[in-house]
Amino acid sequence: MGMTMTQKILAAHAGLPEVRAGQLIRAKLSMVLGNDITSPVAINEFEKAGFPGVFDREKIALVMDHFAPNKDIKAAEQCKQCRTFARRFDVKNYFDVGEMGIEHALLPEKGLVGPGECIIGADSHTCTYGALGAFSTGVGSTDMAAGMATGEAWFKVPSAIRFVLTGKLGPCVSGKDVILHIIGRIGVDGALYKSMEFTGPGLASLSMDDRLCIANMAIEAGAKNGIFEVDQITLDYVTGRVDREFTVYQADEDAPYDRTMEIDLSAIEPTVAFPHLPENARTFDQIGEIPIDQVVIGSCTNGRISDLAAAAEIFKGRHAAKGVRVIIIPATQAIYKEAMKRGYLEIFLDAGCVVSTPTCGPCLGGYMGILAAGERCVATTNRNFVGRMGHVDSEVYLASPAVAAASAVAGKIADPRTILENKEGSR
Amino acid sequence: MNAQGFAHKYGDNVDTDVIIPARYLNTADPKELAAHCMEDIDKAFRQKAKPGDLIVGGLNFGCGSSREHAPMAIKASGVSCVIAKTFARIFYRNAINIGLPILECPEASEKIQDGDEIAVDFDTGVIQNLTRKEEYQAEPFPDFIKEIIQKGGLLKSLSK
Repeated sequence: MGMTMTQKILAAHAGLPEVRAGQLIRAKLSMVLGNDITSPVAINEFEKAGFPGVFDREKIALVMDHFAPNKDIKAAEQCKQCRTFARRFDVKNYFDVGEMGIEHALLPEKGLVGPGECIIGADSHTCTYGALGAFSTGVGSTDMAAGMATGEAWFKVPSAIRFVLTGKLGPCVSGKDVILHIIGRIGVDGALYKSMEFTGPGLASLSMDDRLCIANMAIEAGAKNGIFEVDQITLDYVTGRVDREFTVYQADEDAPYDRTMEIDLSAIEPTVAFPHLPENARTFDQIGEIPIDQVVIGSCTNGRISDLAAAAEIFKGRHAAKGVRVIIIPATQAIYKEAMKRGYLEIFLDAGCVVSTPTCGPCLGGYMGILAAGERCVATTNRNFVGRMGHVDSEVYLASPAVAAASAVAGKIADPRTILENKEGSR
Repeated sequence: MNAQGFAHKYGDNVDTDVIIPARYLNTADPKELAAHCMEDIDKAFRQKAKPGDLIVGGLNFGCGSSREHAPMAIKASGVSCVIAKTFARIFYRNAINIGLPILECPEASEKIQDGDEIAVDFDTGVIQNLTRKEEYQAEPFPDFIKEIIQKGGLLKSLSK
C-alpha cells in the first residue's frame, strides 16, 4: 500500500522507508518557528531544561508580530525576552519591527520554507506552508523548545482526506471562499488529527496566495496539516526565494485516504462564516440585512498582495459607509511597499480606511481594532469564536477581502459582485 | 497516578480563546493566566474550581489557537484532569507536554453532569462517577505518551 504526500515527507524526515497512519515517529525539522506570544513560554522552558544551545541557528525563526509594535509594557517585555534569546544564540531569522511581517506571510516570502520540508511552529496557523508542498504543523511552546534544542519532534502519522479540485473560480471568488465552503461542509472537527491533501486539475487556477489562504485554515477544520501537490505555480513561487535544495514529494497512486471529496471550484460562491464558528458558512442567498460596525482586511489568512488588490478593486472610486471603521493591514513590509507602488494605499485612504503596519493585533483581540459589546465586524481573519476580537458580546463574520471591502462600502454584509455591478457607494 | 474531584461541564468546541482570552497573553505567568481561566465561557469558574476538580468537555476540546497558555491556565487552576469526547490535536500535545492529564471518553463526556464527583485511574483509564455510581472506560495512554507524563513532561523526558 502506498503513502500519502504527508506520509512520504514524514517518512523521509524520520529516516524510515515507510510510515503508516497512527505510527509514532521522531522526525528531523527543517524549521522551528515562534512568535512574541508563544516564544517566551518556549524560552522559559528551554532555559529551565538547561539546554546548552540551539540545534541550528539558521533553522529557527522568531517573528515579533502578535502584539508588536509593542501594545503595552508586558508585551514589550515579551519581545525583549525573545530579542535577548535571539542575540544570545545568534538566531539568524529573528524579525523585529521594521523587518517583521505576519509570520505565515513572511516565512514563505523570505524563502525560509520550501517544498518537501518538515516545519513546526508554535502557532496554530503554521499549517499555511503546506501551500508550498511542505509538511507544516502548529504545536505548542514546549514542542518549540524541544525543537529548538534537538531539531526533532514527535508526531503521530496522520491519515488523510483528499480534496480533488476541478473547475475554476468565478469572479469575486477566492481561496477564502473555497476553504470556508469546505469547512462549512466538513465542520470544525471534520479533519481532526488528519491531513487535508489538495490535488486535481483545479489547482491550475489557484494562485499561490489562494493556496496559502486555504492551507492556512486547515486547522479550522481540526486538521494536522493542509498540503498542496507541487506544480509549476509552486516552482515559480519558490524560484529566487528558496536557495537550498528541496525535494518534491507526490502521493502514491495507491495511497490510502479516509475519504475523497470532489470540489468544483466553479460552483463556489462568495461565502461568509457566521458567529461563532468557522463552519457556519453561508452564501448570499442565506444572508439577510446585517449592519456592521467594523471591517478588518489583513492577517496571516488574507493580508497578501492579491488580497489587497481585491479590496482595492472595490474601494476604487468608492467610500466606506458612514459609521463603519475599516482597518487594512498589509501582512509584510514587502507587501506594504508593493501596495504603495500600485497605488492601493491612496485608494484605501481616499475610501476612508486606515492602513496599519503589519501586526496580528485585531485578529485575536490583542489590539488595533477591538470590538465593544454588541458590535459586528466583517474580517478576513480565520476565527470568529466568542470574544475573539474583543467583547464576548461582539460578533465576527469571516469573509474574503472582496466581501469585506464590499461590506465596508455597503455598511452591511454585501456581495462584492453586486457592489461592482451597481456602482454602489461610488463617489 | 490518579485524580479525584468535582466536574465542571462544558459543551462542544471549547476553544483556547475562551479558555484563556488573548488579551491576557502578554504574560506567561501560570498564576496570572489561571486568574482568567475560562473567563469568556464561565466567569464563575475561577471562584468555584477547587484543587483536584476536573473539566469535562464535548467534541474538539481545545480547538483554535496553539497557545500553551490554555493548558497552563487549566493546570495552574488546580484542575487534575480534562475529559472530552475528542481533543483538538495541538491542545492534546500541549497538555501531555506540560503534564496535564487528559482522557478521551465519549461515554464519560455524555453521562457526567456538572458537579458530579469523579475519580480517575490513569493507568487503567477507568473513570468512576462517584455521584451516579457509574463507571466509564477511557483508552489508556500509549506507552510513548505515558513515558512523557511519568517523567514530568516532554523536556524532562528528553534529558537523559
